[in-house]
Amino acid sequence: MFFIGGAAAVMMRLHLIEPAGALVQPETYNKLFTMHGVVMVFFFLIPSIPATLGNFLVPMMIGARDLAFPRLNLLSWYVYITGAAFTLYALISGGVDTGWTFYTPLSSHYLNTHVITTALGVFITGFSSILTGLNFIVTIHKMRAPGMTWKRMPLFLWSIYAASVIFVLATPVLAIALFLVGLERIFHVGIFDPAIGGDPVLFQHLFWFYSHPAVYIMILPGMGVVSELVTCFSKKKPFGYIFIAYSSLAIAVFSFLVWGHHLFVSSQSVYAGFISSALSFALAIPSAIKVFNWTATLYKGSISYQAPMLYALGFIGLFTMGGLTGLFLASLATGVHLHDTYFVIAHFHYIMVGGAVMAYLGGIHFWWPKITGRLYHDGWARFAALVIFVGFNLTFFPQYMLGYLGMPRRYAVYPAEFQVLDVMSSAGASHTRRRLLDSIRLSSLVHPLWTRSRIESLERERPGMGDAIAASHR
Amino acid sequence: MNEENPSVETYIVVFVALLILAALTTGIAYINLGTLNTVVALAIAAVKMSLVGLFFMHLWYSRGLTRIVVLAGFFWLALMVLFTLADVFSRSWIKPPGP
Amino acid sequence: MSESAASSPLAAPSARHLSPALHHQFEDIEQQRDAGNFGMWVFLATEMLFFGGVFTGYIMYRSLYYPGFAAGSHGLEVNLGAAMTFVLLASSFTMAMAVHAARAGRRGMLLGLLFATILLGIAFLGMKFTEYSHKWHEQMVPGLNFHPSLTELRGAPEHAVELFLCFYFFMTGLHALHMIIGIGLLSVMAILAWRGRISCEHYNRVEVSGLYWHFVDIIWIYLFPLLYLIGGRYK
Ligand SMILES: [Cu+2]
Repeated sequence: MFFIGGAAAVMMRLHLIEPAGALVQPETYNKLFTMHGVVMVFFFLIPSIPATLGNFLVPMMIGARDLAFPRLNLLSWYVYITGAAFTLYALISGGVDTGWTFYTPLSSHYLNTHVITTALGVFITGFSSILTGLNFIVTIHKMRAPGMTWKRMPLFLWSIYAASVIFVLATPVLAIALFLVGLERIFHVGIFDPAIGGDPVLFQHLFWFYSHPAVYIMILPGMGVVSELVTCFSKKKPFGYIFIAYSSLAIAVFSFLVWGHHLFVSSQSVYAGFISSALSFALAIPSAIKVFNWTATLYKGSISYQAPMLYALGFIGLFTMGGLTGLFLASLATGVHLHDTYFVIAHFHYIMVGGAVMAYLGGIHFWWPKITGRLYHDGWARFAALVIFVGFNLTFFPQYMLGYLGMPRRYAVYPAEFQVLDVMSSAGASHTRRRLLDSIRLSSLVHPLWTRSRIESLERERPGMGDAIAASHR
Repeated sequence: MNEENPSVETYIVVFVALLILAALTTGIAYINLGTLNTVVALAIAAVKMSLVGLFFMHLWYSRGLTRIVVLAGFFWLALMVLFTLADVFSRSWIKPPGP
Repeated sequence: MSESAASSPLAAPSARHLSPALHHQFEDIEQQRDAGNFGMWVFLATEMLFFGGVFTGYIMYRSLYYPGFAAGSHGLEVNLGAAMTFVLLASSFTMAMAVHAARAGRRGMLLGLLFATILLGIAFLGMKFTEYSHKWHEQMVPGLNFHPSLTELRGAPEHAVELFLCFYFFMTGLHALHMIIGIGLLSVMAILAWRGRISCEHYNRVEVSGLYWHFVDIIWIYLFPLLYLIGGRYK
């Protein structure tokens, strides 16, 4: 259990290390958003809840002494660090500017930045994910205490189990795709190489076979946390336990069927686009089931608005918004219009930050006393939760409008008419960021010195934030 | 648990069967069967895989859960192949308008 | 971590304190063995999709560029490929027997069979290496040395052949990598068996390594027809 604290610390450090420079060159800007994406997705969002709360709670909740393979767990921690080291090395030694998606042939034939190092880092970290998922699956199947049947398991475990299934079945495909990109860069020839008849879109297929389900790796554990929080703080039994539980599994399976919605404008066939669009709508159903059941759980409960509950409520609202706007993106006609605009950015930040990060913070607050034996300051924690909610909306709601008006993502410059909304978004971003730190500091009273130096370093970078529009929140 | 385990004789029979199948698949490649060549080669491979899986890897004797894992692996593999190919081969169904 | 597995074959499975082979988190040795096997199976499902990514690409391109793939396949040495298949099948057999010996607690037999498996694995890699060096001399290595001049390839679309050879090297290379890992794994098992750390009660590691070895064998069972036998070999 010791290293979980360490895991959380390093994840936060990674989370914070992503730089937000002032007025930067476009090349630097490209590297910034790439690094932000890679670090946030692969090194924060995916491992955050499983690696911290999961490792701690799974054995406890099923009444086992430990996970099935503790040494494998430790190994996955070292693997994670190794992967992170490679990626950070790439960052320090000059960065990489493919975008977190590593699309070919840009990544395999055109760029001269540190693609291989970064891809290797992600590849290695993938094994950490796989081992973690494997460990959870085996533990939940084989180590339950007598009487702990599947239908008595806490909902958090169902969601962690579903996420583990995705870990195990999707991550290897990303690994092989990045492996092939790496080989193609080394040997200057490969199966994605159009010069010999290869199809770069094949890479997108393999990539999104992992990366769409990966979205659910990030959000499913969050849903599990929220299920626990909502139940606890409204002092009722979860409404529709079995529906929440099975919808987790349904999400895990269906999430593999819809990756085509990322390829609407990648020369994918119209028929395939149509099918993935329809299936994406179907995938909204289990998510909606969860939201309805949470609200039904709240109904006539005696709700106490403590800090974790505030995060959970924030999650429900923001996730619903993120999810509904996802439907715009999943329908073919509007999807083509909104493709690669800020609408997409806003959509997935509502899911990822509004969803996964809120749940993570809520969960950390909720189980913090259990993990450390200390209590956070409740007043400040509630304050932080509210401020994060407001700041978050200020940041990302304008981006919906920006995207709808047609501002594309990943551009370092933009037309003047978008400025008002952009400044709003930036102001919100710096605000949120500060509050995020506050809340982290509040929860980690154990290391006051460490966090204070973090805050100071942030103070230094903040003055430039007003200008580096997206750099600060990409 | 209550698994029985295959005997040495089973292993030997399976091994001999595998060798025969390997020889067969190589031999059949020299006979012209048209497209059937591929079908037969893959069918033999599937039989060989089943033999190794069922007896050397004890799937024949193991319980449902392990089999579910195997089936899940195949199912997801099929998903990946099917959906990717569904795109690739339906691309040419509609010709883009143009000069 | 209770590593020292001095064998006490008389320990009843449920007598938790009697078995030093039992790790602290498990109730009994049966649960431990069960979890170990299940874990390896889950890992193999992962491996399936790992290889599956390349297989997907293979299927796609093979159907798009069939003539080039067939020509490229005819540039490979089918006899060598068949020989490798036999060697690998034999190694799978010795591996299965090794697990059998471990379960029976027969240390000498286990050691011998592990060595046989390792040797067969090394033989396979040796043949693979020979084949690679032939390809190098025939200038059929995409990216590094690609000026194919074999008669089999005459008139074939050169790009598609190159693509096929990319797959050939990726797939067999990845497979060879797994073989090397497997040989490493089995060497560790052999050392453990040598030191008497494998007992009829505590043979799960051998069993799990065996599962991995058989899986790598199965991959080759598919690679052989997919790479060497495209379009048949008849004249
Ligand atoms: Cu998606």
